[in-house]
Amino acid sequence: MAEPTLRDGAARDAPSGLRDGTAEGPLARALDGLRAYRMISAMWIRSTMAYRASFAMTALGNFAATALDFVAILLMFSQVDALGGYRLAEVAFLYGAASTAFGLADLAIGSMDRLGRRVRDGTLDTLLVRPAPVLAQVAADQFALRRLGRVTQGLLILGYALFALDLAWTPLKVLLIPLMLVSGAGIFVAVFIAGAAFQFLAQDASEVQNAFTYGGNTLLQYPPTVFAKDLVRGATFLVPIAFVNWLPGLYVLGRPYPLALPTWAAFTPPLVAVACCALAGLAWRAGLRSYRSTGS
Amino acid sequence: MCVRSGRFRLYAAVAGGSFRRYATYRIATLAGVFTNTVFGVILTYTYIALWDEKPGLGGYDQAQALTYVWIGQALLTTVAVMGGGFEDELMARIRTGDIAIDLYRPADLQAWWLAGDLGRGAFQLLARGVAPMAFGGLFFSLALPGDALTWLAAAVAVLLGVLVSFALRFLVALSAFWLIDGAGVAQIAWLASMFFSGMLLPLNVFPGALGEIARALPWSALMQVPADVFLGKRTGMDLLATYAFQAGWAAVLLAGGRLLQSVATRRVVVQGG
Repeated sequence: MAEPTLRDGAARDAPSGLRDGTAEGPLARALDGLRAYRMISAMWIRSTMAYRASFAMTALGNFAATALDFVAILLMFSQVDALGGYRLAEVAFLYGAASTAFGLADLAIGSMDRLGRRVRDGTLDTLLVRPAPVLAQVAADQFALRRLGRVTQGLLILGYALFALDLAWTPLKVLLIPLMLVSGAGIFVAVFIAGAAFQFLAQDASEVQNAFTYGGNTLLQYPPTVFAKDLVRGATFLVPIAFVNWLPGLYVLGRPYPLALPTWAAFTPPLVAVACCALAGLAWRAGLRSYRSTGS
Repeated sequence: MCVRSGRFRLYAAVAGGSFRRYATYRIATLAGVFTNTVFGVILTYTYIALWDEKPGLGGYDQAQALTYVWIGQALLTTVAVMGGGFEDELMARIRTGDIAIDLYRPADLQAWWLAGDLGRGAFQLLARGVAPMAFGGLFFSLALPGDALTWLAAAVAVLLGVLVSFALRFLVALSAFWLIDGAGVAQIAWLASMFFSGMLLPLNVFPGALGEIARALPWSALMQVPADVFLGKRTGMDLLATYAFQAGWAAVLLAGGRLLQSVATRRVVVQGG
């Protein structure tokens, strides 16, 4: 057959979109990956939008389900005035920032925790023979627009917190807020990728990843003063999710960080995010290299 | 051959098979234990902060509150607070029409899946319940019962909790007969279960009327009630009343499932081609 069959409209939109996977140089490869990601996720969005009512309901469900954590915090504050020395508006600020950053990462590549299943049933092979980076394909697979629900509730609670807090705003603090959300999303993206890389080794262990993604998100929703010093140290230096919202957030709130870190550390989240993503990328490569197909 | 004992053997075999089926995935179980433990640690610190702020909240002292956290992690999958276990599978069978095969098997649909769910619950209590609880007991000061009777009483409460949980999830699964895609119902059930079981926060801590309502709903039988029995909050006649509460909800919901099942199998045209 001379005519290649086009499974999705996306490929038709960009006939020269994908080259044969051996793009020269890391930059060209990254651009290739982004293009593939955009096309695949656009396809999933079109498929989701074919059932608009269903989309609205699942997005609402996602919103409600992810807001439950905040309901727990509200219930706690129906009994107490402060938690770890933080008032409700301050906890809401940390919660909103963590939830938005995590929501963005979850929206972008949350489907990656399904990698283990693909390794187990051998469907990863299909992705390997396609002329697009595997990471981009896995990340965009089953792109779920309903995950905007979590981003929305995170932003709403962050908005409430910013409204309720009485802060001495400086230009630097204003700038730090979008920076915090984007870098935080970057750090969580790295956690998702590292988790997926681990699934090459242990296909059935996708739940380990939940401890760092959902667990990390839960940890960051509370002020660091609540936790033992060692736990805060681990979240700062070992799996540096503290840079998602604790370090920049506490600077905005004008609170001291429980560990002795210089003030400028509050502005390092973009660097940490880039470093984490680079490390996660290496882990991904190592994982992919070690992949052995099931052969079935 | 006595039919009755044959039936019992059948369902025992189903339960045993389900136990072994879950036991096969050792790495997945280990991963689950790890994640339960991490969440347990995080929640423990938030509860310490909460009970530091307000000692005696909800009638628990701090050690009891922390024990509550670890009971929650131990029971999370056993009583399937977040759903799962069998309803995805049953819904898929309804959707594809395979349910027709199940219906002409010489076994009762509800009893078959219940037996399987009991096997699953038993495995998850042993595999995913014991290790996080042991970890919690090692690193934090918990209020573990000193006498064997309380452990036994709690085990009965957990068994009744699994029954109520199964009955609820069976209803969720049967909704697929009418809705084909039961994802929406499953999601609502997930929300209700997370909120009203006590997984989110002990129901004793819920303020005012909300607490009263939450404690009367069936979901409290999943976690709050077994936890209270374990913590020695229900003894003597109170314990019997507690069991009656759980068993009552189990009976009502199981009967509801049976009714729905008979309506479904009579009225609904099975999918498939």
